[in-house]
Amino acid sequence: MPMIEIHNVNKWYGDFHVLKNINETVEKGEVLVICGPSGSGKSTLVRCVNRLEEIDQGEIRIEGKSIHAKDQDINRLRAEIGIVFQQFNLYPHLTVLKNITLAPMKVKKIPREEAETTALALLERVGIGNQAHKYPVELSGGQQQRVAIARALAMKPKIMLFDEPTSALDPEMINEVLSVMKDLAREGMTMLCVTHEMGFAREVADRIIFMDHGEILERGTPEHFFTNPQHERTKAFLKEIL
Amino acid sequence: MQYTFNWAIIFSGEYGRWFLDGLATTLEMSGISIVLALVLGTFLTVLRLSRITPLVWFAVSYIEFFRNTPLMVQIFFWYFGSDPILPGFFKAWLYRQNIEFATAIIALSTYTAAFIAEELRSGILSIPKTQLEASRATGLSFLQAMAYVILPQAFRIIIPPLISQFLNLIKNSSLAMTIGVMELTYMARQVEAHTFHGFEAFTVSTLIYLSLSLLVSFLITQYNRRFLRIGSAR
Repeated sequence: MPMIEIHNVNKWYGDFHVLKNINETVEKGEVLVICGPSGSGKSTLVRCVNRLEEIDQGEIRIEGKSIHAKDQDINRLRAEIGIVFQQFNLYPHLTVLKNITLAPMKVKKIPREEAETTALALLERVGIGNQAHKYPVELSGGQQQRVAIARALAMKPKIMLFDEPTSALDPEMINEVLSVMKDLAREGMTMLCVTHEMGFAREVADRIIFMDHGEILERGTPEHFFTNPQHERTKAFLKEIL
Repeated sequence: MQYTFNWAIIFSGEYGRWFLDGLATTLEMSGISIVLALVLGTFLTVLRLSRITPLVWFAVSYIEFFRNTPLMVQIFFWYFGSDPILPGFFKAWLYRQNIEFATAIIALSTYTAAFIAEELRSGILSIPKTQLEASRATGLSFLQAMAYVILPQAFRIIIPPLISQFLNLIKNSSLAMTIGVMELTYMARQVEAHTFHGFEAFTVSTLIYLSLSLLVSFLITQYNRRFLRIGSAR
């Protein structure tokens, strides 16, 4: 059974048709990179998967179960799907450690000690084990984004969504975040990544889709995508970005 | 007739004691009211922002009603007028208390809660929406996100206006003398009646209010500086 199934999804913001008849399937452990110009609907698509945005038509299923079902507890759904935002969105009034332990303790009712042990291990894994007791403002952008990744992983999600995770970072910090994402991909995490980092896409994506004006125009393996794109719009985009 | 200042008389006999008793009552009444007002104000704010229409309407009506009628009238209403509409068990409880004192606390806290709710709402609205989004995305419910992420940040932002609400409450508590609560102003009035030295009596009570307000303001800013130092920057 596929991890994520997106069937005939349409969404409008008023008159603006932001997602046009989207169909896509993501298998367990697959890394799907979504790219395209800004305003193409790629962030919106990703945010529909954990219902930060609601779709108007169609259906999205996670492990075969519709996320729009009446009996679907939205908080439970979100607890199983991690998301990392462009602007990190850490909680500024809490230490790094508490940023990570909050949801496990309050949503999953994990005891503090256990939650902290897990959090420290995750910080170690993203390479900032020594920053646990600092506040977000005391960290660099790259470090904050790694905390955000650790915060999402602390819920032991089945799926990780990345919404342009490196777009707000200074160039020298992009790699430290990408390397954490590459590790995750190698460990078999199912990932949906909206990104402009084509090096990352080439290296770790199983498949790449290209969106423009709310439509998926091109899809394929990285090899196909970079060497033999079919659509004129994709060619133009790649020329711009590479 | 020449008025002769006599400061010594204020501190002679029982009078010094009266001031202290009055101050103690003022402090107790204000302290309890502040806590109740904060709780009630926070509750109103959550209703106000709940997006559930009847709850929003209730909160808006409450806030507008209590902010736009004189506190004096509200105190008189609670003391002289509320009897027919209060539920029996509550009345029974009330009559076992010091009724004047309890009424003053009800009036002061329900009144101040309306102002606190407005301050808190503007505090919450100044927190970026992405904070709510990020916390909801981890599976926290709306109330959990409010309690652990939004409110702690909002309270930090509204500390300066909150201080002035606290100080207003302490000053407003002097109106409780009109229903016979023996707080600071009531006691100053007593001292004046006994000594005919109104200037001295009210100067002393004025200075006590002034020092009390400055002290409260100082303490809250110190607390703010020490414990909430980090994290307001984004």
